[in-house]
Amino acid sequence: MGRIVLDKVVKRFGDVEVIPPLDLTIEEGEFTVFVGPSGCGKSTLLRLIAGLEDVSDGAIQIDGQDATALPPAQRRLAMVFQSYALYPHMSVRKNIAFPLKMAGLPKEEQDRRVAAAAAALNLNDYLDRRPGQLSGGQRQRVAIGRAIVREPSAFLFDEPLSNLDAALRVGMRLEISELHKRLNTTMVYVTHDQVEAMTMADKIVVLHAGVIEQVGSPLELYHEPRNLFVAGFIGSPKMNFMTGTEATSRGAHTIGVRPEHITASFDSGAWKGRVGVSEHLGSDTFLHVLDTGLAESITVRVDGEFSARHGDTVWLTPIEDKIHRFDEKGDRK
Amino acid sequence: MATQHSRSAARFMMAPAVILLLGWMLVPLVMTLYFSFKKYLPLRGGDLGWVGFENYVRFVTSSSFWPSVYTTLIIVGGVLAITICLGIVLALLLDQPMWGQGIVRILVIAPFFVMPTVSALVWKNMFMDPNYGLFAYLWKFFGAEPIQWMSQASIQSIIMIVSWQWLPFATLILLTAIQSLDGEQLEASEMDGASALKRFWYIILPHLARAITVVLLIQTIFLLSIFAEIFVTTGGAFGSKTLSYLIFQRVLESQNIGLGSAGGVYAIILANIVAIFLMRIVGKNLDN
Ligand SMILES: Nc1ncnc2c1ncn2[C@@H]1O[C@H](COP(=O)(O)OP(=O)(O)OP(=O)(O)O)[C@@H](O)[C@H]1O
Ligand SMILES: [Mg+2]
Repeated sequence: MGRIVLDKVVKRFGDVEVIPPLDLTIEEGEFTVFVGPSGCGKSTLLRLIAGLEDVSDGAIQIDGQDATALPPAQRRLAMVFQSYALYPHMSVRKNIAFPLKMAGLPKEEQDRRVAAAAAALNLNDYLDRRPGQLSGGQRQRVAIGRAIVREPSAFLFDEPLSNLDAALRVGMRLEISELHKRLNTTMVYVTHDQVEAMTMADKIVVLHAGVIEQVGSPLELYHEPRNLFVAGFIGSPKMNFMTGTEATSRGAHTIGVRPEHITASFDSGAWKGRVGVSEHLGSDTFLHVLDTGLAESITVRVDGEFSARHGDTVWLTPIEDKIHRFDEKGDRK
Repeated sequence: MATQHSRSAARFMMAPAVILLLGWMLVPLVMTLYFSFKKYLPLRGGDLGWVGFENYVRFVTSSSFWPSVYTTLIIVGGVLAITICLGIVLALLLDQPMWGQGIVRILVIAPFFVMPTVSALVWKNMFMDPNYGLFAYLWKFFGAEPIQWMSQASIQSIIMIVSWQWLPFATLILLTAIQSLDGEQLEASEMDGASALKRFWYIILPHLARAITVVLLIQTIFLLSIFAEIFVTTGGAFGSKTLSYLIFQRVLESQNIGLGSAGGVYAIILANIVAIFLMRIVGKNLDN
């Protein structure tokens, strides 16, 4: 259960075509992540799947059944919103039980499922509190609890962690991944945080202005980005792009090298430059090297011990077989 | 901010307002109390001296006292029920996106700007007149005998008129409350399988609780003292005499200031009892 197929789905708001015809298949049990810059249509796509927006054209199938015209409640999907959308006047227990109550389940069954969800999400101590009396992380868990009690065929998450602080985000990320492993239910997850995308996804869908730029596993996207946009979007810090002789000598219009695929030395190397800002993360240091004549600035990852100071001259050498080549249109060669 | 200096300066600057308000409230209150213990008949001998609690006893034992309390509560309760129920319905409708929203909203508010005297007269003469009122035509159109609104259904007529005046207020407050509801909550409940009716009952109505409370409180305060609507329609006849109208009659028609003042004190007590009740019910809603 939980196979979702989008067939030439189009979404227009008035005259604006936010999503041009788009095909996508989300396999059963898969953890699919939609990433892309702000405003590219990730939320819109998710809401189309949820049924909260009507498609302007095309069809949506869920588990082989045409769901294009089904109301949200009948799609057997559960959604976790960015704002959590908990019901403020109900206790945590009532919040979690709400979908069960709406489905008309007997009281004992409701209690049993709420208890199971609360135990799984560590919410037992808070069941009688109101959402307003919970921390962000706890609210997030209540929202997830409300989603899992229904035993939906797929979960939809719209940037569920973006309101949490960094430490909590790492914890919740693990919890959601853990939940996915345990339930083995399809999950569709929207984020613009690529660490979340890389660590959680089975399959990443990179969106850009409503168009799918590439679909693939996190490592596929990292190693073989199909075009300049994906190459620049996946990976942190960003890939360095260069045009000109360095590119043409390698038979490409543009070449790209990731910061981790360049070595730096004080003595010798392929490209000479001057150290600008260096960002020390402890284990690694990111050097922003200026005046190479290749690009405005080239980012290089070096060991944390590498002691370059502002203004020092460094030599950079790319790892030749890790260089990505792109043609004039920006597509991978 | 709250230094010694700024606090005393604040006190100094607030003093005129506080003194004015105190005087505004205290002077009439003290005078009412003062007269309520006197036999004071301006056209029949003036101040005839202290009479203790006689006025109070006479006011309550008069045959019109309890009916007037009853009428007051019926009118206040009826208007509250109608304005809040219809107000919720109207607010829900006005919240829907529609063509000409701005104009419709202004039209809905309009009755609130009509003076009570005017609106009551318009209702009485244009709608409820048994000979040439619109309602009479309507009744005749269906072959029914026109209702003598002012005599046969006096309380209902007054409730209708006052509700019409206060409906915009309720609608407006409830509309702003509905607009402040987080759309994602509604979407979440929709995904949770709640039908439109259940969404209203479980999500929208609890969200409106606070606004309903506010409408309830404010309207009660004003409704306890409605006067013009009764004065220009039934003139207090046909069982439509409220407590405030009774006091008016005692003071101006019977020219008995002492008796009227005693009634005024009763009205203050009644208003406070109602207020305490409301605060009790409502207090829970307001603090959380
Ligand atoms: N109801 C709407 N009416 C008109 N345009 C809309 C509406 N909802 C979204 N859009 C437009 O659709 C585009 C995609 O919006 P969407 O919310 O899907 O972006 P997103 O990828 O989720 O961005 P973010 O990462 O900032 O959440 C945006 O350009 C937005 O302005
Ligand atoms: Mg979004």
